[in-house]
Amino acid sequence: MDLNVFLRSILVITEKNMRIYYFKGPVVVFGLLFPLIMFLTFFIGRNLDITLYFPGFLGMMLFFTASSVGPLITPWEKREKTYERLISLPVILESIIIGDLLAGAIFGVAITTIVFVICYELLHLSIMNAAVLTLSLILGSITFAALGTLLASPTTDNPSNIMMLSSLIRLPLIFISGIFIPLSQLSGWVLVLTSLSPLTYLVDLFNGAMNGNAVYPSWIDMLVLLAVILVFIGSAKVIQKRNLVKGI
Amino acid sequence: MYAIEAKNLRKSFGDVKAVDDVSIAIPEGGIFGFLGPNGAGKTTAIRMMTGVLIPDAGSVSILGTDVDKDPLTAKLKMGVIPENGTVYSDLTAEQNIIITAKFYGMGRAERESRAEEILTRLGLIERRNHFVRTFSKGMRQRISIACAIVHSPPVLILDEPTTGLDVYSRRLVIDTVRHMNQEGSTILLTTHNIEEANALCSTISIINKGKIVATGSPEKLKKTFDTSRYIEISFDQKVGHELFFIPGIRQVEAWGDKWRVYTDDPDRAVKSLVSLAERDHLTIVSIATSNPTLEEAFVQLTAGA
Repeated sequence: MDLNVFLRSILVITEKNMRIYYFKGPVVVFGLLFPLIMFLTFFIGRNLDITLYFPGFLGMMLFFTASSVGPLITPWEKREKTYERLISLPVILESIIIGDLLAGAIFGVAITTIVFVICYELLHLSIMNAAVLTLSLILGSITFAALGTLLASPTTDNPSNIMMLSSLIRLPLIFISGIFIPLSQLSGWVLVLTSLSPLTYLVDLFNGAMNGNAVYPSWIDMLVLLAVILVFIGSAKVIQKRNLVKGI
Repeated sequence: MYAIEAKNLRKSFGDVKAVDDVSIAIPEGGIFGFLGPNGAGKTTAIRMMTGVLIPDAGSVSILGTDVDKDPLTAKLKMGVIPENGTVYSDLTAEQNIIITAKFYGMGRAERESRAEEILTRLGLIERRNHFVRTFSKGMRQRISIACAIVHSPPVLILDEPTTGLDVYSRRLVIDTVRHMNQEGSTILLTTHNIEEANALCSTISIINKGKIVATGSPEKLKKTFDTSRYIEISFDQKVGHELFFIPGIRQVEAWGDKWRVYTDDPDRAVKSLVSLAERDHLTIVSIATSNPTLEEAFVQLTAGA
């Protein structure tokens, strides 16, 4: 395989996705308004300790922004019949999966960084380890963008089917990820349940980087996220390859 | 080395054999047509050749590169217009071409000059900055073709490129196909339009129920089924069908103000009819011999489809 052609195909698919699906007024406005609404919903009237709960809020934001559009790209392109054209260009399945993933990750990092900087200035947040925070932001966005590409993989050309599936999977992941109750205050089977959500490990990383209040060592959180990325990408490839065999 | 070589391609969807042991070898430089009725397996075969669908069995190579083993290299050598060829509605005409050119590694200057050249050729230069969602079907198809030829591919594969187009767009598409062929591209196109295949293709394969039932030049295919020639003749007076009871004539039927006379030997039949007219003092108003058509070959080969 020609590595140059492969890398080029990934970058062009990323650019195509950014232009067509992400750099749209409504998407960007929603991407910025959504965190504001989430913030108000999360904090107003609950008298929460911002320092303690902000990492959870940040994790949830990254989770939503990085995995919001990705699940819709492939079904949308199948419906518009542009997917077949894309496959016939010099690309392979991996190019499409990684290109879709990169676009989601870039969008997630961009929106979350803007919101974080604003909150950092207004709320006078502290950062204990900027490097871990940055790395977590990147790793988290890739993880959830990979979830987006996995959610895009099932056989359908109807984006609304994927929207339902996406909500069905993403919302429970939030509830079991220690966002609403910090991990440090959980124990027993509830803590075990939280370990099933990749979001748990990202929030734990953010907690460690901002408050020094992590439950797991950073390297374990990062290792779990890396493993989850590989599982999501691998599963997406298996499903999409099966679709190519079935002709759908 | 063949431009496109497919060996023993098979594809089934459930119990339906969409493509059943199809093999073709298309030499470089020609225009090859895949002709068949709806549902014959043309599009399935094309989708396997372009790497869009994974075959159950068989292999495809483009200029010697196996599509399954080295898809990136194989796809660099071809341009494809899928059935209902669509492009990105939320990009402009020019952006669609430019982004496609990027997949082929074309530099910025080359991309821009080539996009301008193709848009001019296809009559869309004035609309270069318009979003494709505002375009008619014919204009979209032209952009689809522009994307497929932006890198001057040595192999161009078109699936039903003129279906549903107006006369102007259809003519532009056909002219572009001919131009690309003259520039050195080998063309493979599918169609169910017999006239189009007859006018464009140097070689045709007729596919029916997933199998190739005949391959040859249009003229060769016509001659293969050159069994039902007829003569249309009209006289200045009314005549009865008993007039045509002469040797070599198989069947006679009234055809408007004319008679249609079926024969296996048109030359002999024409001579007999002229003699007959002289004998009975009739004036022949018109007489014409039919030529065998590709449509007849197509109908006979795909009967029952």
